[in-house]
Amino acid sequence: MTYDVSSIRRQFPILQKKIGNNPLCYLDSAATSQKPQCVIDAVVDFYMTKNANVNRGVHALSEEATVAHDAARETVRKFIGAKHAYEIIFTKNATEAINLVARSFGDTLKSGDRIALSILEHHSNMVPWMQLADTRGIGLDWLPMTDDGYIDVEATDVILKKGATKLVAISGLSNVLGTLQPIEKIIDIAHKNGALVLIDASQLAAHEVIDVQKLDCDFLAFSAHKTYGPTGIGVLFGKAEILKKIPPFLGGGDMIQTVTTQGFTPAELPRKFEAGTVAAADAAGLAAALNWMEAAGMKAIKQHEASLITHALSSLQKINGLQILGPTDPKKRIGCISFSIEGIHPHDLTDVIGKEGVCLRAGHHCTQPLHALLQIPASTRLSVAAYNTVEDIDWCILSLQKAISLLRK
Amino acid sequence: MDLYADNILDHYKHPRNTGGISRAISHREENISCGDDLTIDLVIEDGVIVDLEWRGEGCAISQAAMSLLSEDIIGMTVPDAEALKPDEVYSLLGVPVGPRRFKCALLCLHTLMNTLRAARAQPPQSWLETVSLDTPTL
Repeated sequence: MTYDVSSIRRQFPILQKKIGNNPLCYLDSAATSQKPQCVIDAVVDFYMTKNANVNRGVHALSEEATVAHDAARETVRKFIGAKHAYEIIFTKNATEAINLVARSFGDTLKSGDRIALSILEHHSNMVPWMQLADTRGIGLDWLPMTDDGYIDVEATDVILKKGATKLVAISGLSNVLGTLQPIEKIIDIAHKNGALVLIDASQLAAHEVIDVQKLDCDFLAFSAHKTYGPTGIGVLFGKAEILKKIPPFLGGGDMIQTVTTQGFTPAELPRKFEAGTVAAADAAGLAAALNWMEAAGMKAIKQHEASLITHALSSLQKINGLQILGPTDPKKRIGCISFSIEGIHPHDLTDVIGKEGVCLRAGHHCTQPLHALLQIPASTRLSVAAYNTVEDIDWCILSLQKAISLLRK
Repeated sequence: MDLYADNILDHYKHPRNTGGISRAISHREENISCGDDLTIDLVIEDGVIVDLEWRGEGCAISQAAMSLLSEDIIGMTVPDAEALKPDEVYSLLGVPVGPRRFKCALLCLHTLMNTLRAARAQPPQSWLETVSLDTPTL
């Protein structure tokens, strides 16, 4: 069956938008993906037909809202292959999910314990651990990167063998280099040395089939908005036995069994970690997005994206003075290509091509330590999704060439 | 009108008053989020800025704005320079600067303000003070 990108595109209303006289050429899906009509409809439908506060009251509407929310949790469970629906915690985004682990799991750590991170992490998988290190006397170890953009497995083994590491927090797919990280190997090494593993799947979830049981990761986090879903909702997966042991994160309504003036008893999973009114409409949108991805076919999307990356890489490499960050073998890249162009600032470049309707990301992509390691202040990133076409890439390359001749000194 | 007007690109590709002056008051500022940086060397005599040279790295907007501003500053009295406001930098640029690029455009003003403060041995002011229209008098 051939991949019908035209029919995919028709499902995304925003792709009809024009920037000036040019069609929208959206190549920034690693920052946030666009939303298909069915996701927008699911959010609207929740407000139009089901809206009530979830888990509160027993009236008919509250029940309908609660059923929809539970169904969304079940959809997420299936999508990542978790054993139990109560291992799925809804958060605001991947950032909040990681903060939850840093605070709640962090509460069980003692001074002298260590956390290991890789140098290519997004700031959201760095700063929460730095905060924990500051407040609790936890040491941080930085897992080095190989020259071709992968976490160094051998160096990881050496660090973890010291035995003080309690948790390894790593990204499954680099948001700058597009390199799929050796997470299975690292999870294995971590477990052999008594450390848990958190996978930041923010990029991974949009491109790869995830099976948390097969991976055997202890925590996994991702945001709905990068997987064709709405903003405002994210997911934390945690193994049940760990989630049961660690203390609650935010306190408030719905995360308790009982409250007296003497104290409180936390609720059972998953509500223990979902204080306050939940983003129920967004959960419905997330479920619609995951169902949409599976209907379109994760494998088919992946193949389509790989062909776009191959085409983009070879076109970009023909541009004089352009340097690709990370591997230049298209087989080693998933979802994105970051690059720098000698003598041209990424902000100028993306501003100029932005007027042609081309949306690329410029900056450090929330990875300042990685950019420091690569010795560049900022880069430009092209990222692809299910709805992009070869024409998008070609229009982008043409716009880049025009911008370069305008800006080159 | 285009942000990358001929005038802007001309100042970016052929910046005016660049270099360095020894024994001048020197100060450097950086836009941490994008890495743009500017250093201004100032010579003040009898309350007048008699010479200015600058150097820096960054996007076309930050560098062209500094080049344009440098042409206006030489010969200006210190109180006049201290009274410069963001709007005056925008009108020097003569192109619409959107909310995404205002820090690029105003890095020159921020660096100038803090070079002038360094001249009076005062600590640098924050971006908020540079950008705010009702900056308390220095």
